[in-house]
Amino acid sequence: MEFSEHIKTANVEDVVLRRPFYQPTKGTLCVTGHHLIFSNRGGDSARPFLLLLRNIDAIEKSVENLPSVSSGTITLKCKDLCVLQLDIPGMEECLNIASSIESLSSLETVSEMYPFFYRPPFLSLQDQWGLSSTEQHYAQMKEIHDGWRVSQVNRDYSVSPSYPPAVIVPHSIDDETLVKAARFRQGGRFPVLCYYHRETGTVIMRSSQPLSGANRKRCREDELLLQAVIDGSELGYIIDTRSSQQAQQARMTGGGFESKSCYRGWKRLHRQLEKGKVLQESLIKLVEACGDQSHSVDRWLSKLENSKWLSHVQTALSTAGLVAECVERDGHSVLVHGSEGTDTSLLVSSLAQLILDPDSRTLAGFLGLLEREWVQAGHPFQQRCAHSAYSHVRLRHEAPVFVLLLDCVWQLARQFPLAMGFSEPLLLRLAKEVYASDYGTFLCNSDQERCVTGVKERTHCLFQSLLRANERQHYSNPLYERTELAIWPSIQPPSLQWTCAFSPIQWPFDMC
Amino acid sequence: SERKVENVRLIDTVTSRRASVGTLYLTATHTIFVENETEILTETWVLHSLVFSVEKQASTTTGCPLLVRCKNFQVLQFVIPQERDCHDVHVSLLHLSRPEHYEELYCFSYNANSDREDRRKAWDFINLKAEYSRMGLPNHLWKLTPANHHYKVSDTYPADLYVPKSATPPVIMGSSKFRSRGRFPTLSYYYKENHAAICRSSQPLSGFSARCLEDEQMLEAIVRSNPRSDFMYVVDTRPKLNAMANRAAGKGYENEDNYSNIKFHFVGIENIHVMRNSLQKMLEVSEAHFPSMSYFLEGLESSGWLKHIKAVVDAGVFITKAIAEEGISVLVHCSDGWDRTAQVCSVASVLLDPYYRTLKGLMVLIERDWVSFGHKFSHRNNHLNGDPKEVSPVIDQFLECVWQLSEQFPCAFEYNERFLITIHHHVYSCQYGNFIGNNQKERTELGLQEKTHSLWTYLWKNRTDYINPLYRPDHSQTQGVLRPLTAPYCFKFWGALYNRFDRGIHPRQSVMEYLMAIREETQQLEEQLASHEMKILNVEKQQKKSVNLETNMFDRSPAVWASPPSNSSVGLANTPGDYSGLGGFLKSPYQQKEPENSLLILPWPQELRKPTDPDLSTNGDDQESGIAGLSCLSPPNEESAKDPDSDETAYSAA
Repeated sequence: MEFSEHIKTANVEDVVLRRPFYQPTKGTLCVTGHHLIFSNRGGDSARPFLLLLRNIDAIEKSVENLPSVSSGTITLKCKDLCVLQLDIPGMEECLNIASSIESLSSLETVSEMYPFFYRPPFLSLQDQWGLSSTEQHYAQMKEIHDGWRVSQVNRDYSVSPSYPPAVIVPHSIDDETLVKAARFRQGGRFPVLCYYHRETGTVIMRSSQPLSGANRKRCREDELLLQAVIDGSELGYIIDTRSSQQAQQARMTGGGFESKSCYRGWKRLHRQLEKGKVLQESLIKLVEACGDQSHSVDRWLSKLENSKWLSHVQTALSTAGLVAECVERDGHSVLVHGSEGTDTSLLVSSLAQLILDPDSRTLAGFLGLLEREWVQAGHPFQQRCAHSAYSHVRLRHEAPVFVLLLDCVWQLARQFPLAMGFSEPLLLRLAKEVYASDYGTFLCNSDQERCVTGVKERTHCLFQSLLRANERQHYSNPLYERTELAIWPSIQPPSLQWTCAFSPIQWPFDMC
Repeated sequence: SERKVENVRLIDTVTSRRASVGTLYLTATHTIFVENETEILTETWVLHSLVFSVEKQASTTTGCPLLVRCKNFQVLQFVIPQERDCHDVHVSLLHLSRPEHYEELYCFSYNANSDREDRRKAWDFINLKAEYSRMGLPNHLWKLTPANHHYKVSDTYPADLYVPKSATPPVIMGSSKFRSRGRFPTLSYYYKENHAAICRSSQPLSGFSARCLEDEQMLEAIVRSNPRSDFMYVVDTRPKLNAMANRAAGKGYENEDNYSNIKFHFVGIENIHVMRNSLQKMLEVSEAHFPSMSYFLEGLESSGWLKHIKAVVDAGVFITKAIAEEGISVLVHCSDGWDRTAQVCSVASVLLDPYYRTLKGLMVLIERDWVSFGHKFSHRNNHLNGDPKEVSPVIDQFLECVWQLSEQFPCAFEYNERFLITIHHHVYSCQYGNFIGNNQKERTELGLQEKTHSLWTYLWKNRTDYINPLYRPDHSQTQGVLRPLTAPYCFKFWGALYNRFDRGIHPRQSVMEYLMAIREETQQLEEQLASHEMKILNVEKQQKKSVNLETNMFDRSPAVWASPPSNSSVGLANTPGDYSGLGGFLKSPYQQKEPENSLLILPWPQELRKPTDPDLSTNGDDQESGIAGLSCLSPPNEESAKDPDSDETAYSAA
């Protein structure tokens, strides 16, 4: 291993570790290729404190070098929002440790990351990676077998690099049509099925934007595909997660939207959901507001408002509610897309499924939903979650879309505390795992990348692990009472609650 | 004296869309709206004493609107067909809701014919003497003083007061002359673990330089009654500026140079006028129809409400630390020592002593720090037609502080949210005698214990409704002193109180209701089990020889399994809202239909909706009220709302 090059000082004695809700403790600090290990000197029963270097978002150091005292302090701001402080005797040791942490925590080679080295005794690499495949998912839904089929058109990822090898499409559409339709969609993400509503026989589809461009190009195959989705019924809804202005502007760069004249029977609605930089900055402001220690100047609510985080939560839930309402109340199929189809579309389609589908509200069902709608569907986790709210690194592709999903789910669970089979600790755990994990689940940006780097052969699957008996018990909602009904959230401001999950001190939530 | 107006419409103020038609009655005590032609009799009862304001609005073609705002945050909008009727109702209601004399209040007529002796006895349920002896008083450090018997030292203080053993009558008399309204330093709470005490008083009449030897001796006596400390804190709960302004009027605060061994602190809680305005602003925000998230948060911030709540909790935390961690006694005062002082002392008590986190303990605490120490309930809560500048939500804030704490420590409180809301309701309702008048002297003169009922016994009889199913007194985190987080984000908006009648914003399922139903079910099953075991025992006695054959017959009774708790309490009254932002653009047949599975998720307990207890009644069958209230967020962005397909038409023509 070449990690050793990065480690200038591997061990320091008499380090003091300070973290919220614990007394400062003195012990030995050790830097390894993937972890900071802190062990208590007294050697009492306490387990050593282990921190994944990958979890470190920002590091601040200050040193003092006087003839009498030579020491330093390192502040570690983690991606899970925890803030730790290490008091290190010796300026040189302090600087060495800091620079080791800096270089090791920013290593970008996937195959060198910790999940490739994590080998817990309770899991085997021979186990199935992932909970289910598209084929297995399809096989379970007997009721769709007449109208829908599994297509392997993307088996070598050539049609859409970010799609899984198998997707569910209308029976009447052959692979050749799909290939052509894919060319008309950004990143080849042609419309695929994500949810079938049994009572009304309608569906939720998702895709990326059509590449109609400034010349208003058309694609016969794409139109056929959507026609097949609403075959027999007169109406379908396209929920575009951009404003109509944004959609218009997208044409200038080769993107676009489905014009009414070409897609007969489809009615387009725009709901602007923020993503990318705007969302990342929103998270940064929110965390800043939560971490503000100047309690005397109470500007908390202004800062919360200014972060716009709860507005994003509100818009996401309301758009998902709209999708669910179209399907369940109105009995019409829906296609959701924004531009790339890898962020807000997934957010909306998965929330709509939680509202509608009791199967997705069980612990296993929810993890299955995340696997289908986020991992397999090609949410670029590696890009989106490279840094969290503390990092000073200039933003590139970071965006906490998945964290926003978790907050929305938390709001749903708060309004329907009996309807979810999983509990709040699961959401907090996922928020942590998505940034830094022992498992391979959230590595890479797509199924293709995971295959190429061998994630499925050489790492363990988080979802499998969470479903083991003792974990399952920890993450289950003891009050769970299955309901077959849709759970319609209130999106009125007083119904949406701010949580301290975004503060460096998360104690009241960890208690439960 | 009963008035009746027919064909009145009651508008659902949440959605502004639906209205029910019925008959409006004005009785001596209630406004009653009875809906026409509904399968279930739907009645809305509003006590006159709960009416905060009545506003007659401009007539329209459909009638004359009358807006009734209540002190429990219910808002009712009636539309009365005839302008003349509306005027009459308006005038009558104004008159009825603002009585001039205590004797007109509802408590004097409520259930007046019950047995006098029973009623009298019920008042003994909360006994402050027992409370002081629970704290360990009197003892070798603190004594009961007869100084205020017949209210001769301070007419706003209770007759029985505890003072340091070494405080002689001349010291008490001298000190009381140096304090506003004669409210000299006296004991509020004694922490027997380490002898530290919370004392309270009003401000000293120090002006810029006045001194009073007896007052200084009084504080010295308080320091001495805590043997392990050599100083005490004096906490002035006012902002420093306010306290300084008081000096010009010959009042003010203690000069550290004159009092040996005190450490002086300001904690900066605003006065009653600031609090009254803050609540009004917050209510405007909470009543807004479909506000944006930004409007809501900005409005909440600018109302300052949560900041004020935090200030009270912070002050309570400061005192708790002084008492429990440092072992230092504290004297708390504000100006008169009956508003902020009551808030801060009682919040500190809740933090310090698990007893006040029990049902009975909270009643005792309110009785001690608020009722007996002369919080001016009738002035603050607007019981009579009086000075509107005297009105302020002071005890409301205390109840909210307790709620905020219970949110942080869900297992530490024996009572639930509904208990706090019910107390809030009755602080205003004037249905019980507990909060009538402004001090003990007035209450005694009114003969409230002879002529009215006590809320505490009513609450105690119905305590199953108020028990927090998550309460775990044996848990390490719920014992002893509570140490709450007081970062700003730990304070939440209390929708269950301020939007109490706006069900749409409440969580759609309640953990509490669910657990309470399960508990009831378990209790029933246990009773059945016990009775079956009895039967088995009897059978065994009678048929000693064939025990094995017979037992099977008894424990398979189907009745035991007939009613799972889920049937009664876990329904989902839930339909989608207006996610489209266009008032339901989706014109589906489903929307006109009543949801088939619309069991109301969060009903108030049955008894609260019965006309026998009409003051708490709500729109009985208002199952949908909140449901349709899903707001639109941003301006509608639907393509058809604008110029439909303008560019696309161009395209198809091209």
